Parts: sequence; structure tokens; C-alpha cells
Amino acid sequence: MARIGSRPREIGKAGWGWTAFTSVVSLIYFFPVLWIILTAFKTRSDALAVPPKFFFTPTLQNFTNVFFRESITAQAAQATEFPLYFFNSIFIAGTSVFLALILGTLAAYGFSRYPLRGNDTYLFVILTTRMLPPIVVIIPIFLMFRLTGLAGSYWGIILLYTAFNIPFSVWLVKSFFDELNPEIEDAARMDGAGEKRVFFAMCLPQILAGLAATFVFGMILTWNEFIFALLLTGVETRTVPVAMARTMGGEIGVDYGLLAAIVTLFLIPIFVVTYILQNQLLRGVTFGTVKK
Amino acid sequence: MTIELQQLTKQFGQLTAVDAIDLEVGDGEVLCLLGPSGCGKTTTLRMIAGLEWATGGEIKLAGRVVNHLAARERNVAMSFQFYALYPSLSVAENLAYPLYAEGLSGAQIKHKVAQVARVLQLDSILNRLPGQLAEGEKQRVAVGRSIIREPNCFLFDEPLSRLDVTLREEMRGEIKEVLQGLKRATVIVTHDQLEALTMADRIAVMRAGVIEQVASPHDIFQMPENLFVAGFIGTPGMNLVSATLTDFGQNNVGTFAVEGGQTLTIAVDPAVGRLERGARVTLGIRPRNLEIVHESVADGLSSVIDMIEPMGAETLAHLNDGMHDIRVVTDWRAPLEEGDHVHVRFLPGVTHVFDAHEQAVRS
Repeated sequence: MARIGSRPREIGKAGWGWTAFTSVVSLIYFFPVLWIILTAFKTRSDALAVPPKFFFTPTLQNFTNVFFRESITAQAAQATEFPLYFFNSIFIAGTSVFLALILGTLAAYGFSRYPLRGNDTYLFVILTTRMLPPIVVIIPIFLMFRLTGLAGSYWGIILLYTAFNIPFSVWLVKSFFDELNPEIEDAARMDGAGEKRVFFAMCLPQILAGLAATFVFGMILTWNEFIFALLLTGVETRTVPVAMARTMGGEIGVDYGLLAAIVTLFLIPIFVVTYILQNQLLRGVTFGTVKK
Repeated sequence: MTIELQQLTKQFGQLTAVDAIDLEVGDGEVLCLLGPSGCGKTTTLRMIAGLEWATGGEIKLAGRVVNHLAARERNVAMSFQFYALYPSLSVAENLAYPLYAEGLSGAQIKHKVAQVARVLQLDSILNRLPGQLAEGEKQRVAVGRSIIREPNCFLFDEPLSRLDVTLREEMRGEIKEVLQGLKRATVIVTHDQLEALTMADRIAVMRAGVIEQVASPHDIFQMPENLFVAGFIGTPGMNLVSATLTDFGQNNVGTFAVEGGQTLTIAVDPAVGRLERGARVTLGIRPRNLEIVHESVADGLSSVIDMIEPMGAETLAHLNDGMHDIRVVTDWRAPLEEGDHVHVRFLPGVTHVFDAHEQAVRS
């Protein structure tokens, strides 16, 4: 294929001006993250120092405080509930995003391959569930959850997050299916494959990158969710964002060091997932932008 | 093994893509479905394959009605326009894929893959992925995957449309050779008449869901049954001149009043004598059956040379008699100039006459 227009810039041969510019932009984006991580290692007085301190003696006290709290009555330090909250966050977000991905993929395949009358309407209706701001639906959902006893349970919040993630999964995965060459599926049918095999052995492997990207995006959205978690989780099912909010206030005000330590820990799982899936993610987000 | 289509129909909602066609492909015969895009040829092929359900009529493979069978139960092999290679499988695995469904042993599969790879010269690329292949290689793998089993019949959807001209010529020969070795009923869908004329035993010309004519490549070219086939087959296309039959006499010589005022007296098919005097007809003659002369003749039309296109060994001249664009292919040495006033002579016995219903008048 002939390329028309300017030659694409070769990676590694960009000018130093460009490199400097991108470095500055990256720094602006990453500075808050860097600052939070630094704060996590500061003592309370260092964290609140004016002017802000870039050089200080690091301490692990904040991380210890996440997991253990000093007690006046007991002799030894007491364990906090944070391990449970971390587990809750991972379990709830992971399960619901995974469920949404499975349901969304099945629905997306149907929408993409079996064009029925009204498909466009259904797709639109699915999308409309994401058009309402959470604050609008929170009251009816809260009442429904109270009525059905789902409030405070794992099932409740997982169901809600699954429903919350499905529209996004359906739309994104459908676009990946639409990109595939349907002849390949026909060829598999001719070569003796049944419909299950066509789906599992032919279609799914081709969109793995897309599925990975969908999973990560869903994770990031769900991981950070606060409002629904605040109102619909109980003591046992509380997620990290809610637990963080609850550390504020009280007799010591806002413990920035502690919050920064929690955030630092909270970043790790999502960082690991993104790191593992980075190649797929890159292919997933550029899916369809490169001509076959 | 034969393919038989009886009153085969496919409707997509209100649209009739294939309209009650009858067609038979004999054992070992290669039939080309030829027609412009959207004429229903691919839909017909997909119905034979079992990838589309027929909405009417019957499909018989080896004498058995297969309308209700799914694609994998019909034992038909198909090669697709965009090759449809499985992207995550290597060339060898792609070739072997149809064999897994047959339940062959590993050794048998290996043997067959090696055999097909040898025939199609794929030995050196067996371990590559489809993404790493050139267009011609992809085409070979696609053909290899369709011939590796022993199916009832073979279906090819536009097998050469994605290749460049040189490669196309080469692959045309190769596929023809492979097909001759297979001796199975084969249907090839194409919009390229050269492909059809060179590869097919018989050609079925389709238009708007209907088969216009089924005949050998030679007959399709020499004896088109109607105006559509006449105009569709042959490059450059047949010249079509509207006229009125004014007289028909001895030795099958007809006199025609050509639209635009000139008179033409030429020998035509004896069946033309059965037409009424004054009947509206269309005269069809191929560009290579015309001759440019400089004196007025009874079996020619006076015209002006509009444009000259050199084509290498031959020259294509566009002439105009005042009403029609007449294309003439002459020897490249003919001294022609644009703007020349010449006469174009219809060589005897090669003019087709089509009646008002666009059907050939032929005995």
C-alpha cells in the first residue's frame, strides 16, 4: 500500500525538543501520584510542612498504621480491618468485571452476528443505563436493596457493579467482533466446526487483546467507585474507597500520611493488572484503527 | 458426485437475491458462475455450501437433498474470497484443521498435510502464521485447505480477485491444474470473464438473481442467447446497433435501416426471415469482426474515427456513425487518424440479431 503524505515519525529518532516536551507533560501527569507516594513515607509533621519537603527521612509508620492501630486498653497493637477491605475491593471489582465481561461478550456476539429486528434499539437501551448520573438512581436502588435484603451483602454490590459494567462491555466487545472477518467463521463451519467451536475456537482467540482491554477499563472504573459502595456495602463488605473516607474526621482530623499509604497500596493491584496486560491493552485500544 | 439446483430461491426480506434458478454441475465438471456484482452468484454459492438457508427450491448433492443440513454436514469444501485463514494457526495447522473433524490419526494428518504442501509448494512456509504470508501464498494455503479433505464438491468464491495481474495469471493456471486432478464437481464464482472463460467447462451467466445462459465458454462467446450475455462477455464489449428489418431475401441477406438513417445489407441467420418486416432489432457484432475500409460498401456504415487506443499488438478504434459508438479492433499497423471519414464493414456471417425482447434470433 502506498503511503501518501508525510512519512511516519520513526520511534527513537524524535528530536530532543519532542523528548523534553513529552517529559514535561508526563511529569505534570505523574506528579500527583509521585507526591502521594512520597507522602506515604513521611511523618505527620513532614507531610504538613510548609514549604513542602522533597527530602526527608522516610518512615514506614504510615503503612504500619494501615494494618495496626495503637490501643489504649490492650497491651499489643490491634489489627485493623484493612486487609478485609483490600480483599473486598479486589473480590468485588474482579468478580463483577469478570461476570460483566462474560455476559457482555455473549451479548456482543449475538448483537454482532445475528442481526435481528430492533437490535439497534436494544443496544441503545443498554447504553442509556449509563447515561443517568449515579446520584439520580441511588435512592431507588438503595430502597430496592433494603427491600430485597441485598444491602450490605457481597451479592448485592457484585450484582450492581456487574449491571453497571455490562453496557460498556457489550459495546466495546461488539466493536471487536464487528472487526473480525466473518469468512473465517464460515470457513470453520465448512471445515466441520459447530457453532460452539466457531465461537470459542475461532472468534474468542482473535479478540483476546480486546477482552483484556475491556477487563482493565472495567476494573479501573469499578475499583474507584465510591457512591454506591458507600451506601450499599456493610461493615463486612466495605471497599477501600469507603474505608478511606471513614478514616477522615475524628479527634486527629485528616491523617494525610495514612491516606497516602492506603492510596499507594490501592494503586498496586491495578498497576499489576495493567502491567501484565500491557501488550494486550495496547493492541486492544488500537484495535480497528489499523487497516487489515 | 453432482450438484443439482432446482428452482433455488433466496429472499432477503422483500429482496429476491436468487430467483428460482435451475442448474446442474456434473461429476468432475468445473462450472463458473459469472455475473456483475450483486447478481446473486455468491448467495447461490453460499446456499450450496450451507452458509445461507434457501427460502425455496432444492439443493441436491450427489443426488441427496441437503437443504436441511448444516454446512459441516454437507461435506463440501469452500475457498473464500479473503482466504479466511485462521489467524492464530500456522500454515500447517490451517491445512490440517478440516481433518480434525474427520477424526483422522496424527500420522494420517501429517501425511496429508505433507502431500498437499508438496502439490502447492508450501513446504517452506508450513510453520509461518497467515499474517506473515504474501497474497499469493495465502491464496495457495486457502486452496490447500479446501482440497485436503475428500469432499463431495468444491466451491470457490472469487478465488483470484485479490491478486495482482501477474500472480493472477500464474494462479489461474495452477488452480486449473489442481482442479483437473481432483475430478470433482466444482463451482467457481467470479466477476472476471477471463477467469471464467479459461477455467470453466461451462459458464452460467447470472443477472439480477436469474441465470441468463449456461453454456461452454466457446458457446457463451460465440452464441450468446440474449442481449445481456452478448454485452457482458468479451473485451472490448460487443457493438450493439439498433435497427429495423426492412427486407430479407436470398442467401439469408437482410437489409436493415440502422438508427441514424444509414442502410446495412448483411448475411444473417436464416431465422431472421421469420421476423416481420419492420421489426425492431438490435444488431450485435464483436469489435474483431469489423473491418475499416475507405470506400462505401453495402455491408458497412459510414463513420468518423473518434479516438484511437493502441493496445500493443492491436489497436482499438472508436468510430461514430452519428448514433452509435462502434469499437473496432484492428492490426496495429493500420494507418488510422482521429477524424478520418471511413466505412466500417461487417464481416459476413458473424452478426448476431436480437429481437425486441432482447433474445437472439437464431435457427
